[in-house]
Amino acid sequence: MAVNKIYSSCDGAVADIPDGAVVMIGGFGSYGGLPINLIVALAKQGARNLTVIANQGGVGFELSKRIKPGGYQDIGALYAKGQVKKFIGSVPALGGMPPTSPLETLHREGEVEIEIVPQGTLAERIRAGAGGLGGFYTPTGVGTPVETGKEKKTISGKEYLLELPLTADFALIKAHKADTAGNLVYRGTARCFNPVMAMAAKTTIVEVDELVQPGELDPEAIVTPYLFVSRIVEVQR
Amino acid sequence: MKIRLDEQTIALRAAKEFEDGMVINLGYGMPGLCANAIPDGRTIHFHSENGVLGYGALGTDEEKDYELINASDQPVSRIPGMCFFDSALSFDMIRGRHVDLVVLGAYQVSQEGDLANWGRPGRPATGMGGGMDLAVGCKRLIVVMLHTTKEGAPRIVKQCSFPLTARNCVDKIFTDLAVIEVTKQGLVLKEVAPAWTPEEVQALTEAPLILAGDLKEIEL
Repeated sequence: MAVNKIYSSCDGAVADIPDGAVVMIGGFGSYGGLPINLIVALAKQGARNLTVIANQGGVGFELSKRIKPGGYQDIGALYAKGQVKKFIGSVPALGGMPPTSPLETLHREGEVEIEIVPQGTLAERIRAGAGGLGGFYTPTGVGTPVETGKEKKTISGKEYLLELPLTADFALIKAHKADTAGNLVYRGTARCFNPVMAMAAKTTIVEVDELVQPGELDPEAIVTPYLFVSRIVEVQR
Repeated sequence: MKIRLDEQTIALRAAKEFEDGMVINLGYGMPGLCANAIPDGRTIHFHSENGVLGYGALGTDEEKDYELINASDQPVSRIPGMCFFDSALSFDMIRGRHVDLVVLGAYQVSQEGDLANWGRPGRPATGMGGGMDLAVGCKRLIVVMLHTTKEGAPRIVKQCSFPLTARNCVDKIFTDLAVIEVTKQGLVLKEVAPAWTPEEVQALTEAPLILAGDLKEIEL
């Protein structure tokens, strides 16, 4: 029996995210790959004590006007409502931004815990979680504050750190097109963290620019196969 | 006249290191200026860790496509042959030594080529982004930076006091005063800015400098 994955609204798609959930949020840097409409719906829904795993912490609506005329909502919308207890990512604020992003302010005030992870390690921890691996050894971070508390191993004369997998209860991601089965294709650099996060959550929710029928996407060009995708919302942006 | 080079000129000198056919990743800030300073006649394949290889010239903010950016959030242009991939694959390219040259900014570089470029004591950390992976994974790492802090303190030091990005990773340093190569014997002063003497550069450098036999003025 075919499962209906199509939701008519972002509000409906995120309605059951509970307090305390671990949520991955796709994107890189500013606006491009961010599932902005799902983030706004989650902010409205109000789930609290979330652990958010994302490459960047977001800058919040006010600072976003420096990046895009008129501004845009990002993960900052969740901090503004006190929904996040922990952030795991490589860039708590965007580079070059003043240290006044909502996340950094809350962190200074002791409201939000931050785990800073090198970006490649973040991507690989998510891929390891998605692929059922117990972790991996990486040379990244050896001899730096990142190695604190981690197992170190010398392989063929080179030092590596053991990094552990990351998984999530929910992933909120952005793709360009989905078919109704859930196959996804992306556009340009908006791909970034979205495909690995799509694979690493129990429930993956995607917002897409365009929803098409099975057969309309070239099967040779599918980036995220449909079994990873639970819910799809078509939304104009 | 004794001047310090401006950032555009530092980038212009650093970009002379770009060889035809290289895969190159430019870090955040001053390194990005190198994109528009490629020596004539050389084809460079720019890689960006957010998942693009072979992008074209930097675009303008007016026509910015937010789904076509480099890791510094600058708009880039489409050219034939470019390709997109996800973040995990992008860092396979980086850690797996498939990127020929990386250009990064720095707060400090040590005499052993240690790099500190992501956090300053007492300031909120903006995060290292992809810098640590780039520093350990690339075949060759060059740094573009100002020789001293705003207050005049040396940034090229015996030992970094700021949190490290990676150890023993820097191959060459390009500043507003000098070009310095990191070697097993120590830091070798290869070039100095016009009208500066090696002694004047050393006075602004904490780590000892070895004068290159062919020491010369920076040429562009």
